[in-house]
Amino acid sequence: SFKCLVEEVTATSRHYVDRLFDPDPQNVLQGVIDMKNAVIGNNRQKANLIVLGAVPRLLYLLQQSSSSLELRTECAVVLGSLAMGTENNIKSLVDCHIIPALLQGLLCSDLIFIEACLRCLRTVFISPVTPVQLLYTDPTVIPHLMSLLSRSQHTQEYITQIFAHCCKTPEHQTVLFNHGAIQNIAPLLISPSFKVRMQALKCFSVLAYENAQVSMTLVNVLVDGEQLSQVFVRMMQRDKPIEMQLTAAKCLTYMCRAGAIRTDDNCIVLKTLPCLVRMCSKERLLEERVEGAETLAYLMEPDIELQRIASVTDHLVSMLADYFKYPKTSVLDHDLKHAHELRQAAFKLYASLGSNDEDIRKKITETENMMDRIVSGLSESSIKVRLAAVRCLHSLSRSVQQLRTSFHDHAVWKPLMKLLQNAPDEVLVMASSTLCNLLLEFSPSKEPILESGVIELLCSLTQSDSPALRVNGIWALMNMAFQADQKVKVEIVRALGTEQLFRLLSDPDTNVLMKTLGLLRNLLSTRPHIDQVMSSHGKQIMQAVTLILEGEHSIEVKEQTLCILANIADGNTAKELIMTNDDMLQKIKYYMGHSNVKLQLAATFCISNLIWNEEDGSQERQDKLRDMGFVDILHKLTQASDPNLCDRAKTAMQQYLA
Amino acid sequence: TNPRLCLTAPIEFGVGHVVDGTSLVSAVCTAQGFVFNYSTHTSLLSADISALLLLTGDPAFNYQEHELNERLKRLYPAVNEEETPLPRSWSPKDKYSYIGLSQNNLRVHYKGHGKNHKDAASVRATHPIPAACGIYYFEVKIVSKGRDGYMGIGLSAQGVNMNRLPGWDKHSYGYHGDDGHSFCSSGTGQPYGPTFTTGDVIGCCVNLINNTCFYTKNGHSLGVAFTDLPPNLYPTVGLQTPGEIVDANFGQQPFVFDIEDYMSEWRAKIHSMIARFPIGERLGDWQSVLQNMVSSYLVHHGYCATAMAFSRATETMIQEDQTSIKNRQRIQKLVLAGRVGEAIDATQQLYPGLLEHNPNLLFMLKCRQFVEMVNGTDSEVRCFSVHSPKSQDSYPGSPNLSPRHGATNAHVHNTGNTDTLHTNIFEYAMHASKAKHIKLNLFTNVVYLHSPETSSAVDCVFWCVDSDSEMEIEAEHYSNGVTESSTRIMNGTYKHQEILQADDSSVDDSCSSRQLCGGNQAATERMIQFGRELQALSEQLCRQYGKNATHKKMLQDAFSLLAYSDPWNCPVGQQLDPMQREAICSALNSAILESQNLPKQPPLMLALGQATECVQLMARVRSGSCSFARVDNFLH
Repeated sequence: SFKCLVEEVTATSRHYVDRLFDPDPQNVLQGVIDMKNAVIGNNRQKANLIVLGAVPRLLYLLQQSSSSLELRTECAVVLGSLAMGTENNIKSLVDCHIIPALLQGLLCSDLIFIEACLRCLRTVFISPVTPVQLLYTDPTVIPHLMSLLSRSQHTQEYITQIFAHCCKTPEHQTVLFNHGAIQNIAPLLISPSFKVRMQALKCFSVLAYENAQVSMTLVNVLVDGEQLSQVFVRMMQRDKPIEMQLTAAKCLTYMCRAGAIRTDDNCIVLKTLPCLVRMCSKERLLEERVEGAETLAYLMEPDIELQRIASVTDHLVSMLADYFKYPKTSVLDHDLKHAHELRQAAFKLYASLGSNDEDIRKKITETENMMDRIVSGLSESSIKVRLAAVRCLHSLSRSVQQLRTSFHDHAVWKPLMKLLQNAPDEVLVMASSTLCNLLLEFSPSKEPILESGVIELLCSLTQSDSPALRVNGIWALMNMAFQADQKVKVEIVRALGTEQLFRLLSDPDTNVLMKTLGLLRNLLSTRPHIDQVMSSHGKQIMQAVTLILEGEHSIEVKEQTLCILANIADGNTAKELIMTNDDMLQKIKYYMGHSNVKLQLAATFCISNLIWNEEDGSQERQDKLRDMGFVDILHKLTQASDPNLCDRAKTAMQQYLA
Repeated sequence: TNPRLCLTAPIEFGVGHVVDGTSLVSAVCTAQGFVFNYSTHTSLLSADISALLLLTGDPAFNYQEHELNERLKRLYPAVNEEETPLPRSWSPKDKYSYIGLSQNNLRVHYKGHGKNHKDAASVRATHPIPAACGIYYFEVKIVSKGRDGYMGIGLSAQGVNMNRLPGWDKHSYGYHGDDGHSFCSSGTGQPYGPTFTTGDVIGCCVNLINNTCFYTKNGHSLGVAFTDLPPNLYPTVGLQTPGEIVDANFGQQPFVFDIEDYMSEWRAKIHSMIARFPIGERLGDWQSVLQNMVSSYLVHHGYCATAMAFSRATETMIQEDQTSIKNRQRIQKLVLAGRVGEAIDATQQLYPGLLEHNPNLLFMLKCRQFVEMVNGTDSEVRCFSVHSPKSQDSYPGSPNLSPRHGATNAHVHNTGNTDTLHTNIFEYAMHASKAKHIKLNLFTNVVYLHSPETSSAVDCVFWCVDSDSEMEIEAEHYSNGVTESSTRIMNGTYKHQEILQADDSSVDDSCSSRQLCGGNQAATERMIQFGRELQALSEQLCRQYGKNATHKKMLQDAFSLLAYSDPWNCPVGQQLDPMQREAICSALNSAILESQNLPKQPPLMLALGQATECVQLMARVRSGSCSFARVDNFLH
């Protein structure tokens, strides 16, 4: 009997479609009106009509100039109704090219018809299945929509809603901006209609996001004699609907981050920030709490003062702990999604809060079960949560205190290492960056991490295509080599391989180069280590040093390189690699006379090591260097204005006097 | 002593303002540095007196005082300061000896040794925080943290030891600057907020709706510090080491924190709670109750045509028949036009026995008639005037309301008259204050009335009273109040001046040169004769029912008019104001209705009065939400 019923429904649907083909236009109109009444709220009927091909016919009728305006309007209304159904409906409508047809319809002069078309377009465009690009295909569409904004409150509501949903990229922002979106939409912020005000506000939030041009323009806009930022501030008043408060706060946040409003402006410090903190409260809906926390994290990310204020506002730090109390395990998919969203938002906000201030980091780690939550967050199924958790951990890992205490107590390195094994790049960047901090010499986690065989992993990171990952990999190795055992150093050199080491020394990324030099310097410390490394890799290292000193590099890079040379000069056997290399000695001489004090200092250090008295063969080296004119230079440097350089030169000179 | 204080000023100013002499004297003594006399009356007036003392001295202070009054009125409109004064300064009487006060008792400094916690000292504000504030807020600026910055800001109940910092004892709550901890009636603090020091402004907000408290620092809310607060807490600060100085702001200055924004959130919350009051299945019942209220209101005041149109549109029944309404309407118009003699005749004719059974009412009417004779408006004297008197016949014959009146009716709720209405509702409410156990169900609804005759819309919001609650209000009080308030409602419904203009141009035209009894000798004689009759009536009533002070006063006032050459500009001349007719008009209308076994005041006004009273009662039982559920918020 079910089948029978379905057939019956299909039969009536068929009847509706048939009437669209009636030769009498009056019957067609009545048919469309009946169809309109039949589909309202009836998804099955909508699906049936679409399957039976009603859409192309409706579109045909809508586009025919011979159709009466009433018929065309009713067609648009029915199509709008069909669009209100399932996502599949929308897909079918889009496949039937409903968008160009409706956009064409907007050229008609009749307001009722235009409104019907816009209402349908709005419904289609706000669906996630509709490609937003379709709004921008025809370049005449945006200017025309702008011109329709003055027609009625309905056109204003639908058009701003379309803009708010279809502005997804910087290109979209630019197109809308260039067509006068700001001037056209700003007056709508004081429209008598709440819906219009709300959609206009949403437009501004998407337009201003990470867009300096839009943001800078916005601050100078006046609405009815009032500055736009003040209009937004009024919209954040606590008796306004939450959606409005939140969206206005987003607008001001984006304007602030784009540099259009100072972070110490009262509208940020006293209005936007507290408003966003309120959005994180337990009383708010889950979505609002998520958006509130994410926006707040974004707002204060670069500003320590805002972080400090937020950290004491309305118990934000403990309020965020509630984000973890949403059920983690649930049979319902959307519950799980909410739980994930809440947790990642909280981690993001913690990360932002703790990014600069040591006291705030302490406060965060002291929040109930915080470290446990981060640890379990690192191994969650949702990538978004894992990423946010590792960001949070990274932010907290900037604290010496936390590295020594909570990080060690909770063995965070374990899940972190696990996370590093197989993760997308964005997670890897954060995780490896955190690892760098965990490998600092005062971190008690350094030992266990070393033992876990992390070297291979770090070496593989240095081969990544991503400069950020290469930096983090080599940085971690550098930290690891600092004051490390001979065994560890040997292992690093072995695992990395000299080939890779020298490849990194010619890396296009200066950061990578700097950290690689740092690694070399750390490897070449304490005399036995220097001699050992130089005995096995001396030739290549000397070559690399020569190359860098001859190349076009920054002062910092050259300084670092000269420091390496100074370390080499400190070795027992290694110093011979310099003494026998006249070319290198000439270079040192050159840098002793360089205009940059740092380079002079590093070069003098190197000479000082070479002529040090108590070592074997010091006399010969002193003689050779005197012959090469170093004493004269040193003598000159004892008159240097820089006290450090002067001292260093005097110390070196004393080696000759002794 | 403060050099700005002035001894003579308060006495001059005191005459009009200060009721009690001893309190004034004692306050002056304090100001002069004498030992204070702990009088029982001072608490109510001390703040006002200190204001008076300084009135002449310092214009800046006067300005600040004005600012303070304006701000307090705006922040706490529901507070009746005669009943529950707001804190305006620190109390010089309620402090530990180590505390020094200056700058109009707003600045607090520490003057003890400050060796240890035993040297802690506190001061309370002059008054506790009234519950009717709903949300209360004050700020304290740290002028100097002194030696160690052991400052505590908070709340405490009366009687809590002042040799302590706020928060350490029972019924005492504080937030301390040195460690940022909150102290909730305990010597051990809880981590709460940041520390605070010189230059910081700390705010303390008491939410009397949910009995919580939060602090602010430099305009940033720090989150809830205390819950389940007891009532009647005083703003309190405590200091403990030398050099500590703090300034209070009880509203003298704009606040750093946007407290009004916070209040707006709670106002919106309470309003939406009222708007969403669940009525469930009983929607129909409620609607008919509302319709009956509107209808009975219209009927009561005799808006006959509008009432009929309304009943047709809503299909409701009107209890009273149309003739009866029109009769009452006619009598009311006579009274309001100042033709009290005719009104008495008409009443006696239409409702025989009514006035005989209400000798007090009759006496009041006759007194009024006498006043109207002086005015020259009563027909008994008007018949002597040069202009031909307008007979009863020529008076707007149809008791039907003219469209103009209908239109005015619609305006009552929309225009300026609401203020008078509210004042009188408060009077009513005060009269009814003895009523116990008033149980009110609040709900709102909107009734739109489109009367075809007047083409006006009445847009009201009503409260409905649980029917059995009426019984619990003492009849005497409630009659007083309701009569009064409904009178003033009529105030707006009739434009007396216009009636007079239409009916009697002689009175109106000669406004600038008004004469006794219209300046007619015969009329004056008639008036004097009437006066004798009135005197006789008074004596008769006195013999019959015993002395009646009200009557005596009424008669005296009326006769006093004759003692002045220009009665309109004399100390008792206010009686001649047409406005004064309203009270007696309403009393007569109520008496007639009562004689017909109809309610003597419209249920709408009763409900309005009870709602107002309920809100006041909420303040007394310390339900802070009353602050945001004010009846006038719903009267537009």
